[in-house]
Amino acid sequence: MADVKKIATREGYGEALIELADVYDNLLVMDADLAGATKTGMFKKAHPERFFNAGIAEGNMMSVAAGLAASGKLVFASSFAMFAAGRAFEQIRNSIAYPGLNVKIGATHAGISVGEDGASHQCCEDIALMRVIPGMTIINPADYYEAKKAVYAAAKMDGPVYMRFGRLAVPTVFDDDYQFEIGKANVLTEGNDVTIIATGLMVNEALIAQEQLKSEGIAARVINMATIKPIDRDAVIAAAKETGVIVTAEEHSIIGGLGSAVAEVVAETVPVPVIRVGVEDVFGRSGPAVELLKVFGLSAENIVAKAKAAVALKK
Amino acid sequence: MDASQKKQLAIAATKIRMAAIEGTFHAKSGHPGGSLSASDALAYLYFAKMNVDPQNPSCPTRDRFVLSKGHAAPAYYGALAHKGFFSVEEMKVLRHVGAMLQGHPDMKGTPGVDMSTGSLGQGVSAAVGMALAAKLDNADYRVYSILGDGEIEEGQVWEAAMFASHKKLDNLCILVDNNNLQIDGTLEEVNSPYPIPEKFAAFGFAVEEIDGHDFDQLEAALARAEATKGKPYAIVMKTVKGKGVSFMENQVGWHGVAPNAEQYAAAMAELEETLKQLEA
Repeated sequence: MADVKKIATREGYGEALIELADVYDNLLVMDADLAGATKTGMFKKAHPERFFNAGIAEGNMMSVAAGLAASGKLVFASSFAMFAAGRAFEQIRNSIAYPGLNVKIGATHAGISVGEDGASHQCCEDIALMRVIPGMTIINPADYYEAKKAVYAAAKMDGPVYMRFGRLAVPTVFDDDYQFEIGKANVLTEGNDVTIIATGLMVNEALIAQEQLKSEGIAARVINMATIKPIDRDAVIAAAKETGVIVTAEEHSIIGGLGSAVAEVVAETVPVPVIRVGVEDVFGRSGPAVELLKVFGLSAENIVAKAKAAVALKK
Repeated sequence: MDASQKKQLAIAATKIRMAAIEGTFHAKSGHPGGSLSASDALAYLYFAKMNVDPQNPSCPTRDRFVLSKGHAAPAYYGALAHKGFFSVEEMKVLRHVGAMLQGHPDMKGTPGVDMSTGSLGQGVSAAVGMALAAKLDNADYRVYSILGDGEIEEGQVWEAAMFASHKKLDNLCILVDNNNLQIDGTLEEVNSPYPIPEKFAAFGFAVEEIDGHDFDQLEAALARAEATKGKPYAIVMKTVKGKGVSFMENQVGWHGVAPNAEQYAAAMAELEETLKQLEA
């Protein structure tokens, strides 16, 4: 793992947009004065006539995107997760999702790993907000490769999609050959003592945790749950049946995100303990991203501890 | 405009008003006041101005209309029904369980509705998006949107205005239904957006103020809007809330309350009399 490639998922977003411009004549990209950061700036450079800056007005951007989509355009609207899912929640709900319009929301800088900018910009609530909107598809890719494939898949499907990307350069888990399918989880390691269902940058932490657990004689199944909605119920139910306990891991509040989604499925089908690793109902703080992830328990160490606690519950 | 056309428009507007009263009465809820104030503009747009075809409601080259003040849906539905998009009988089940006509416009379920609206401030942004799409496609259709005067207290309206003028969307014409009343009182009492024309002018619009119940003025203003190049157009329509039903006129209480049976009968009798005189 020492020389593993590190790259931010938002880079995959920007690159995929440029490539998709050649596939979809009707593809447009919007941003709200964060094009450099969200990586839509790459698209703007390549296709200036197909890029529209709404300025610092996210609500208007979402509704304009809806109007464009209602006129046959495939629109990618981008901002930080905080200002997309947060500030523009109602525009996403009413202008985009209620009429089922073909707008893809590219939300970058999600979670604690925003780092130094601190709590005002560290959105750990976006999955929860988007999850309650009927018909919304939510994808939280684990790495650069999955991010790119997710953007392709989002472009291909009709209807609103919320894509969640990070600022931080994170280790790659997949490669170019990876096949991504919306709504399909992938089992990365087999094991029957405990299942770790992870999403986003926590997938890599889950894999590190799995190695550690293995060395201690615990066989952990690691599942990458990139699509939070619609969640892969079959994968969750199988994990509950076959491993008896589940640990979820996400760079999001433990309330309303992946952990909640998994717990909902489990509680209604195969009730087994679900222990959630995530941001513990607190606001973020400033600091270097890598340090913050540890401080907030978004680490392999914490997953290992929670996995052991989960296994202990089986006795 | 000749007298005959004016009479036809007045008849259409009266029928729209009757549909709005019919709808709100049967729904036992809804917004008659702001429906009646916008009825003349809707009549002009649908029966004299816009290129729309009830037989082909999603024709790509059609003019677009967004009712940004979505609560005036009863009048909007009246215009669409009388234009032929669906049966006027639908007004009798407006807002009922299982009915097509929702409390606020639903583009997915209602022929002729170009955008789902109801949350104030958002419709105009969608209209801006449609106007931008027309520019990108070199299409010559125009986009119209009616906004409430209370609605323009929403910050998003001004975000949309800034964007529209920055992108030089001269194919966009917005009409502000300035009846001076919002739910909680007069505009001045609640949170005055006045002076309205100056504000839109400051945001880069060509602006004019007209009597929103005068078809000649509507015709002239909309023609000037179409002739204006390089900037979007705003028509501030001075209107009377509840227009056409005397006991509803200028009464803030008729913003969001349905007529009871007695009031319904009185309103319909008055509108029927208006219609009779027009058709005589």
